[in-house]
Amino acid sequence: MATRSYMSRREAEQQNFSLPVALFVPLAALLLQMMLPRLSPRFAILDLPLIITLFFAISRRAPIAGTITGATIGILQDALSSTPIGVNGMAKSLIGYAAASLGSRIDVDNTATRTLLTFGFSLLQSLLIFLIERRLLGLTGFHMLWLHELLRAVINTAVALPIYLSLNSTRKQL
Amino acid sequence: MDFLLRFRNALVLITVLVAQALALAVQVRTPDNAANPDSHGVRLIRRWTTGVIAPFERGAHSIGWVLRYGWSNYIDLRHVRQQNAELQQQITRMRLNEAAISEDALEGRRLQALLAFKQKYVATTVAAQVIGTSGSDLTHVLTIDKGSRQGIKVDQAVITPDGIVGKVRDVFADTAEVLEINDPTSGAGVVLANTRIRAIMRGTAAGRAQIGNLTADSRIKPGEPVITSGGDQIYPRGLPVGTVESIAPDPDHQPYTAIVVHPAADLNRINEVLVITGTQPDLPADAQQDLATAQAQHAADVAASQLPGLHDSDAQTPTTGATTPPTPGVTPTLTIPHPTPPLHTDRYTSGSTPPASQLAPGAHVTPTEPVPEPQSRKSAPKDSTSPDATQ
Repeated sequence: MATRSYMSRREAEQQNFSLPVALFVPLAALLLQMMLPRLSPRFAILDLPLIITLFFAISRRAPIAGTITGATIGILQDALSSTPIGVNGMAKSLIGYAAASLGSRIDVDNTATRTLLTFGFSLLQSLLIFLIERRLLGLTGFHMLWLHELLRAVINTAVALPIYLSLNSTRKQL
Repeated sequence: MDFLLRFRNALVLITVLVAQALALAVQVRTPDNAANPDSHGVRLIRRWTTGVIAPFERGAHSIGWVLRYGWSNYIDLRHVRQQNAELQQQITRMRLNEAAISEDALEGRRLQALLAFKQKYVATTVAAQVIGTSGSDLTHVLTIDKGSRQGIKVDQAVITPDGIVGKVRDVFADTAEVLEINDPTSGAGVVLANTRIRAIMRGTAAGRAQIGNLTADSRIKPGEPVITSGGDQIYPRGLPVGTVESIAPDPDHQPYTAIVVHPAADLNRINEVLVITGTQPDLPADAQQDLATAQAQHAADVAASQLPGLHDSDAQTPTTGATTPPTPGVTPTLTIPHPTPPLHTDRYTSGSTPPASQLAPGAHVTPTEPVPEPQSRKSAPKDSTSPDATQ
């Protein structure tokens, strides 16, 4: 006899990833992030770790998982750069939490929603990093170039959409 | 318990944020060791992360290298022998030029020695390839494919032929991380070459190299070269850093000025670098040999210029009147100097001694009238190879 259980809509739409995908996709994003600026310094405007954090967060729809994913990817990003460890970690923890919380409330599989989410969270991350550098670390020489950050958000959004589409096939429905 | 379950998401987020904020607070406190601001724990995290990423970087770099340059390298190999010969000749010429310059600098070094000034010369370097970056436009860190196994150590200077790049920040077995001079956490002691003003150059968040500890000085102009001062104990003195790009009041730190330095090395497109693995207080052996050769050559030139008779009179090079610039189109003539005739002759006067055939052993010599000088000898042009010319 088949057993039946009740679950919420959020639980029904939660998606999981295999361990290799969950492990190697963030590593590949970090690796590409380090290597692309060698081809052209303009590629440094990209933030592939942010895109991957957003993808896993809105796909899993679990705020705790989103927080830990964001924190891990952010700390790794900090470890590979010269920034104090925690700058990107804190920003991406918040981004992961917020994206997962939104993902459990709205339909994030829609392309338009994903576009808006990616654009908005890219700008939010710039603001968070500015606040952390300026307020927590006390770097008075750190200035926010809003036009540059706007351009960064547009480019990250444009790059994120095809990445989301290609990574959709790696999802496993629970 | 219900409270924890109900707000577990927010509690996890707060815990993660607080933990990272505490970690930040620990990191930004004044470091005990200024050369290595990271604590042991932070260094471990960086080391593990780089240890995981670096092998993939090396592999990807190797594959990319083969794909990009594999065929072209084969084509280039056909001409490499000729290019090698040309480069060897070029090196020879450059070494001679360097030796000449070194000789010109000898006096300055003697003065520095008098002042007990510690000079450092580059003794050994290790060539390395850049295989990765920090991947962010907020930080400027390079990953190179040489590490502790190749003799790389922390705080060694990294340069290109154009100028300095940065210093080694962290070393692993086969890779190392280089902190570029335009990174916000880097610094270098520099000297403005024309005004000889010493300053500290730091990176900015915008990725520029900037001098920010000088007040307004009208002598500093855009285009002035900037070189290393050697005072930071990392970069040897005298290496090119860049040129002054702009000077403006620093709005964040009044009354100081923000002097932006345009780096001499193209920091955005670096493929190969040299890591200075050793310095020494004296010139390297080959440079000393070149210098000795140049000094010997210089001494020979001086001696030759003081012996005009040894020179061929047909030669175009003037042997006398070195301070007089030669007139274009006029062949310089060889003038043999002669003493002015004496007013009163004595036994020491040239030509007053009788010929040897008229002399007898033990006989008293009576001075004779000096032999009049031949008219031809008074003429200016003279064959320099004749015996008279060498008397």
